[in-house]
Parts: sequence; C-alpha cells; structure tokens
Amino acid sequence: MSKQPRIVVNNLRKYFPIKLGFFKSLLTSQVPRVRAVDGISFMVGEREVFGLVGESGCGKTTTGRCVLRLIEPTAGKITFKEADMMKLTEHQLRSMRRRMQIIFQDPYESLNPRMSIYDILAEPLNLQNVAKSPEKTREIISSALEEMDLVPPEEFLYRFPHELSGGQRQRVAIARAFVLRPEFIVADEPVSMLDASIRTEVMKLMLHMVEKTNCSFLYITHDIALTRYMCDRIAVMYLGKIVETGPTELVIGRRFHPYTEALISAVPVPDPTSRRTKVVIKGEVASAVNPPEGCRFNPRCVYAQDKCRKEEPQLVEVEKDHYVACFFPLAQ
Amino acid sequence: MSLLNVENLRAYFSILRGYVKAVDDVSFEIKKGQAFGLAGESGCGKTTTALTILRLLPTNGRIVSGKIFFEGKDITRISDEEFRKTYRWKKISVIFQGAMNALNPIMTVGNQIVEAITLHEDITKKAALDRAKKLLELVGVGAERVDRYPHELSGGMKQRSIIAMALACNPDLIIADEPTTALDVITEAQVLRVMKELQKKLQISMIVISHDLSMIAETCDEIAIMYAGKIVEQGDIVAIYKESLHPYTQRLIGAFPSIVGEKTELSTIQGFPPDLLNPPSGCRFHPRCPFGMEICKKKEPAMIKIKDKEHYVSCHLVGLK
Repeated sequence: MSKQPRIVVNNLRKYFPIKLGFFKSLLTSQVPRVRAVDGISFMVGEREVFGLVGESGCGKTTTGRCVLRLIEPTAGKITFKEADMMKLTEHQLRSMRRRMQIIFQDPYESLNPRMSIYDILAEPLNLQNVAKSPEKTREIISSALEEMDLVPPEEFLYRFPHELSGGQRQRVAIARAFVLRPEFIVADEPVSMLDASIRTEVMKLMLHMVEKTNCSFLYITHDIALTRYMCDRIAVMYLGKIVETGPTELVIGRRFHPYTEALISAVPVPDPTSRRTKVVIKGEVASAVNPPEGCRFNPRCVYAQDKCRKEEPQLVEVEKDHYVACFFPLAQ
Repeated sequence: MSLLNVENLRAYFSILRGYVKAVDDVSFEIKKGQAFGLAGESGCGKTTTALTILRLLPTNGRIVSGKIFFEGKDITRISDEEFRKTYRWKKISVIFQGAMNALNPIMTVGNQIVEAITLHEDITKKAALDRAKKLLELVGVGAERVDRYPHELSGGMKQRSIIAMALACNPDLIIADEPTTALDVITEAQVLRVMKELQKKLQISMIVISHDLSMIAETCDEIAIMYAGKIVEQGDIVAIYKESLHPYTQRLIGAFPSIVGEKTELSTIQGFPPDLLNPPSGCRFHPRCPFGMEICKKKEPAMIKIKDKEHYVSCHLVGLK
C-alpha cells in the first residue's frame, strides 16, 4: 500500500462478560465471556475506504466502536496517526473526537427528535469550540447542508427530524459527521435503512466527501455487493476474526476463503437469467462464547480436514496485498 | 388458469387531512402454481395490496372500488365471517415480515401450528400435532423442535417455522411479505431455497412482496413494479429485467449492485417519493422522471401491452414509439 496509514489496529480484542444469576455465579469459577472481537488487525490509509463485511454477530459493529473507544477494548493497540488511542485520558479523548466521527445505521434513532436540524449540526461545533460567532456557525451549517444536497439550506435549518424523509435524515446525520472535518469516520451500515433509489445518491455523496475532505473511512456493512462501489479494500469477518482481506475486486473476484465463497454465492443477483447454482452452506454461526477449536469456520466448511479442527490458521499473503486465513485456500 | 384476479383495486386510508391513496387502480392476475413478485419502494402500496386481499386492513383503511376474484368468486362481496372461515389460511395464507416478531413468545412452535390447524379444520389435537411435526420436517426445522419456544430458535429457524405455519392448511396461495428482509444473506439463501422447493413441489401460487429486486429476480416468474400506489410495469420476469421500458423500472433495477460480472455504474433517481395524500397529477413519476414531457403532467398514461410479449407498461414514452 502506497497510502500513509492513518489508523492502525493491532490484535484488537473485545470480550463481553455474561451476567450470571446469583446461584450460578457461586458454582462457576470463571465468568463466561462472549468473544465478540478476537484478535483482529487492520489499517486504514489516508483517503481510503476500508470495508468490514460480515453477517450479524460477527463483531463488525463492536470493532467499529472499539476503534473510536466508544466501548473499551479488552486488549489490543489502536494507533491514530501519531497517538496511541489506548493511552489517552478521557479529557484527551474528548479533543480527539473532533478528528474522528461516526455515522449510525438508523437515522430515525440517531437524530434527537426534539432538536432542529440547526441545533443538531451546531452541537458538535459548540462542543469543540469551533465556531466563534453565531454568524460563523450558521455559515458552516449552511454549507454542510449544501454539501449534502439539502438545498436551499434555509429550508431545512429550522425543521425537525420528523419532517424529513429517511433519506434526508441520513444526509443530516452524514453532514453532522463531516461538519468538524474529521480525519477518520466510522460508518456503521449507513445506507441499509434506505430505499434503493435513494441509496446510490447517498453513497455518492459520502464518496465525494471522502475525496473532498481527505478523510479515511471505515465502512461497516453486511452487503458485500455494495462494497464494490464503496470500498478500496475490504476485510471479511467471521465470528470475531478476519478470514480474508485485500483490495475489494481481488477479494470478490478471486475469493480464496470458503466462507467468502459461501457469502458471495448467497448474495442474490438482480438478473433472472443468471440464476446461479448456489453453494448454500448448512447450519448456523457457532456461539461466540465457546467458539469451535481450530478454524472457527470448520463445522460448516465443506472442505474442512483434520488440521482445521486442531490448529488455528493465520492470515497469509496469497497474492499481492491479499491475505487469507485458511490452510487450504481455494485455488481459482 | 387464473387463481387470483385483482381488478381495478383502490384502497384508501382515511386520516385527518384526507385520504391516503395507498393502492390506486391496481390490476393483476395470478395463475396456478405461479410465483408473482410485487416490487417497489417503501410506501408504494405493496403491503397494502396484500392486506386488502387478506382483508386485514386497519380500521381506517377500506376498499374504495374494485374486485378481487379468487377462483372466479368475488371475495370483496362476502362477509368477514365467511372470509375468515373459508378463505383466510385455508385458501390464502401469509408469511409476515420480520420472523423475530411474528411468533408468540410464550407458546411452543408446535402449539402455534396446531392452533392454526384446529381453528380451521375439524381434527383432533393429536392429528394436528402430527401434521405440525411433518410440516416442521418439511421446512427443515426438524420434528424434534416441535416443543421449542421461539427464543430457543435462530432467526432462520423461526422464519422456516412461519413458513410451516403458512402451509398448515394446504393453501392455494401464499402471500409472502418481505419474507427474508430481517435475515442474513446465508440464512436468506437457505430460506429462499426451502420456499422455492416447496412452491414447486406442492404447486402453490405465491405472491412475493419485496423491495429487493435481486431477491425477486431469483424467485419469481412474473413481476409487477409499483410506484406511488400504481403498477407501472408488469410482465414476464426476464422481459422486465432485460427489456424494461418504464424509466422508473430501468433506474430501480440499475440501482441494485451485482456481485457478479463487470462493475457497472449504479443508477440514481432524483428527488424523493411523493406524498400519497396529494399524488402528482398525470403520471405519478413525472416530477422525478428525466424524460418528463408536457403530456406526463396532464394525462395519466394507460397500461399498454407490448406486442407478442407478456409485458405491460404504463408510460407516455412507450405510446409514442
């Protein structure tokens, strides 16, 4: 990668303890833990869109929140440019927030219904003491709305979220994330609640803003087909681990890991003439409390062998920039 | 042979500010054993169409005009009681959206299926339970899970149990409203496979309602595209996807990314869907249509049949050619 790394995540882990009842806790010596994220490493470069793809429960959202320290990671190292995120005090973290933002999935819940669009966008500016005067605040907010194609901005400034459609709300949420001109944004399924006809528009706006503000983007999604349009590189997650990572077209086009293969084959294609024969894998995702020994995908993998049940595969470079964690990667 | 025939159906909701014209002059026909897709974005009236057929409209909604023929009989003219006894679940059943919430959390899956059977058929509980077990086996949940509560099952299992329940009284028509939206892709593929196999095997007709054109492309034989309460284009699935004529259909299909083949530019549609209290005059798509003409604002386009094809479209552009 020629790009300068902006955020580097190293061996990140997040375990959630399970609360037990009083009697059960007397009987068990060790508290069971859900291993939501179990040792993952990646980096996002300057002006790069990096996608985290996986099914629900694979730990992609937890990863996104840990990276911003919205929840405390159990272990691991996160470096944001020069700063070690794990060592920051709460006070230092607060000023750091100016440089990193998040876009949530549901614009119906992420915008306060009792605040006008103006107040929603002014809040980050006031918290970080960016705008020195009310005129300046208004100017910044107007241009932020214009960037999101919410024109004319005066028409939106004093409206409330319930007066906007889903697409317009998500644009406000994106405007809020970009208003401080952050260097890094985590976008957690930002378009999954939107209808197809407005989804493309919102994706284009986000990509345009990434270009314009030179921002780095961690794009979390379950929709691997969309990553072709959004992401430069992606990582496929399964049960808290990255199983395959590399440039988007390489991962989708060549897919070496059996899970990636199954995931891609399950995605419906908008073309009735190409009804493919599908490799539909059986069973369900194993529990993250007691993940399977060896490779975590082995109970569902059609190619699994003895080695897969005993040893855990590490990410290995199979071609330039393309890494796969599998003992028997599919040769295509 | 046609099983269900919907003719010029209009269903409006009355609210304080007036009438929401959710379904406005919709006609379609479903043949025996056919899988029919009803596609469109949220708020276009596809779920209302289904609820109207099932007579499950909320109290402020009603059929304003139109007929619904099921096996030749107009089911809008019969009483609610007769509909409940002879049609709902016995002839027309439904798979609701959101597997997580459609099951009763304090009843076992088996008992819920038994309840559906005994309400409609005069058989003993034991016979019903036997059938419930067979059904659960059929959809791949397994007869041994008959005594499980919904929270003990995964999302995919719950959705399959709901399919089993829809099949309980051997219906002729199943309406599946967004049957897989809440599921992950791999689970979705598993559930869709079960649905398709059973539909072929039992020769059941199906209406699949979804916003996901990729999913409909993989499951249906025929499709109708709805926009703002009206069907704008309808016909054979391949004809619609390959030779769509309506600007809305073309852009909607183009907005779905494909995981296979060359990466093509995704299409966008300007603006936002209209308010159905005061829908636009003429063609309802004209404010967002890149080819809008004067006539589109004034006159509503009629449904035109394309020569020698199972393909209908309502657009002034097509009329010109």
